[in-house]
Amino acid sequence: MIGLNVLLTKELREQWRTLRLPIVAIIFFVVGLISPVLAKYTPEIIKHAGGNIQITVPVPTINDAIDQFIKNLGQVGPFAAILLAMGIVAREREHGTAAFVLSKPATRIAFLGAKFVALVVTLTVGVLAAGIAAYAYTTILFDPPRLTGFIACCVLLLLGIAVFVALTLLASTAIGSTLPAAGVGLGAYILMAIISAVPRLGQFTPLGLGDPAHALALGKSPPHLWTSLLASLIWIAMALVLSWLSFRHQEFGS
Amino acid sequence: MDDAIVCQGLVKRYGSVTALDHLDLRVPQGSVFGFLGPNGAGKTTAIRLLTGLARASDGSARVAGYDVGHDSIPLRRRISYLDQQPHFYDWMRGRELLEFAGQLFGMHGAVLHRRVTEVLALTGIADAAERKVSGYSGGMRQRLGLAQALINQPDVLFLDEPVSSLDPAGRHDLLSIIDGLRNTTTVFMSSHILADIERVCDRVAIINQGRLVVEASVEELQARYALPIVVVQVEHADPAGLEALLERIRVQPWVSGVALDRDEIRVGIRDSADAGSELLRLLAESGVSVVRYEHVRPNLEDIFLRLVGGEATI
Repeated sequence: MIGLNVLLTKELREQWRTLRLPIVAIIFFVVGLISPVLAKYTPEIIKHAGGNIQITVPVPTINDAIDQFIKNLGQVGPFAAILLAMGIVAREREHGTAAFVLSKPATRIAFLGAKFVALVVTLTVGVLAAGIAAYAYTTILFDPPRLTGFIACCVLLLLGIAVFVALTLLASTAIGSTLPAAGVGLGAYILMAIISAVPRLGQFTPLGLGDPAHALALGKSPPHLWTSLLASLIWIAMALVLSWLSFRHQEFGS
Repeated sequence: MDDAIVCQGLVKRYGSVTALDHLDLRVPQGSVFGFLGPNGAGKTTAIRLLTGLARASDGSARVAGYDVGHDSIPLRRRISYLDQQPHFYDWMRGRELLEFAGQLFGMHGAVLHRRVTEVLALTGIADAAERKVSGYSGGMRQRLGLAQALINQPDVLFLDEPVSSLDPAGRHDLLSIIDGLRNTTTVFMSSHILADIERVCDRVAIINQGRLVVEASVEELQARYALPIVVVQVEHADPAGLEALLERIRVQPWVSGVALDRDEIRVGIRDSADAGSELLRLLAESGVSVVRYEHVRPNLEDIFLRLVGGEATI
C-alpha cells in the first residue's frame, strides 16, 4: 500500500476543507437530536391533531426513542454514504486528478483504501455526533440508556452505513461516472431494504443490524448479532475486493 | 550511454482501432526529444503507455531502465508526467499541491520544503504559492504542472503539449526551463507547435496514424529533406487569381508542392535548374504584385507537412 499515509492525509484534509465532514457531523447531530424528541412528542402531537376524536396512544418509552434513532440513522446514514461515495473515484477519473496521482509512486490499492477509510472516518464523526446528541436527549426525556450498549448500537449502525460506502465506492470505481454510481448505491439500498423484510434473509443485510443494535442499546440479548455482523463485514470485503479488481487495470488520461 | 526510453513494437489497440502501431523508438539519455504528429496520431497514447497510465496491447518499452509493464512503482519514482490539460485538486493551495506531490515521492521535512521552494521559483509561481489552485489561470496551472513534474528531479520527464495554453511570454519562459534540463533530465515532449520543438529539441520523431514516420535530429531532417523552398509574398491579390496561380505552379514538373499561408506562397522545388526562371515567369504572367521572393531552408513545419501529408504539403 505504497502512498497510503500520504493519500489518507490528503483525503481527510479534503473531507474537512470541502466541508463534507462538518456538514455530515451537523446533519447527523440534528438526526440524533430529533430522534428522542420525535419519540417523546409525536404521540402528543397525534393526540392534539385528533381534536375531539379520542385517540389512545401508548406512553412513549426509551424503547421508542432508541427505535426512532435507529430508524432515522438507518435512513440518513446510507443516504449520506451514497452521496459521499458516488463521486469519490468517478469524479477523480472525470477530472483527471486520478491520472495526476497514479503517475506517481502510489499503488492503486492505496488510492482506493485511502478513499474508503476517509469516508468511514467522516461517517464515524457523524455517527459519533448523532450518538452524543441522541444519548443526551434520551437521558433528558426518558431514562439514560446503558452507555456500553448504546456505544455498541452506534458501532453496528456505523458498520451498516459502511456497507453502503463500500458498495457505492465499487459502483463509482467500476462505472466511472458519478450519477450512475449514485443510482447503483440507491438501488442497493432499496434492494437491501426489501430483502431485510424477508424473514431469515434480512439478517444477512446491513439493515439487519438494526435489531441487534436496538437490543444492545436497551441492554437486552441481541438477536442474530454475529450473523449480521459477519454478513456486513463480508459485504464490505467483497465490495472492496471487486473495486480493486476493477480498478487495477483501468487506464487513465484526461 | 544507455537510452532513456526504448520502445520495441509498441502497439495499442482500442477495439478495432489501432492507436499506436508497432512503435520502435530510442531516446538518448539527457536529450530533449520532440514527439510530433497531427491530432489523433497517437502521441498522447504513446505517452500514457510510457508512463504506465495505460497498458500496451503488444510490444514492450523500457523507461529509465525499467520495464513499463512490470516495474510500475520503481518506474514512477524515476519519471514525471505533465498532462496537456493539467488537473489538480482545486481546494489545495499551490504550495500544498507541490508538497503533496513531493510526499508521494517519499520526500518530507526540510528536503521537501527546500525542493518546493526551488520549483516554485524555477517555474515563476512563487508569488501565487499560497493561493488556491482554483484561482489559477490556464498558464499558471501549466507552470504549476511543470513544477509538480520537476519535484522529484526525474530521470525522464514526459510533457504532453506543455506550452499549448501559454501566451508567448509564458511559452518562452517554459521552453527556457525545458532547455535548461538538457543533459540532466531526458525530456520527452509532444507538441503541435513546431517552432517550439525546433527551438528546444535535439531529436524529433514524427508519427502519423499511429506509425513512426521518421526519427532523427532536426539537422539530419533538414539535410535529408533539404529540397529548396521559395517563399513568395504577394499583396492585394484577388483570391480567384491567386488560386489559379497556385494551380499553375502546382502542375509544373519541377515543383514538389505548394502551400499558401495568408499572403505567403511556399513552393517546394524539385529541380532548381528549371525553377528559377519558370517560377518568375509564372508570377509575372499572373499579374500578382510580389513584395518578397526568397530562397529558404525548409523548417520543421515544411518537413512535417511533407512527411505527414495533407492539403498544404510542399
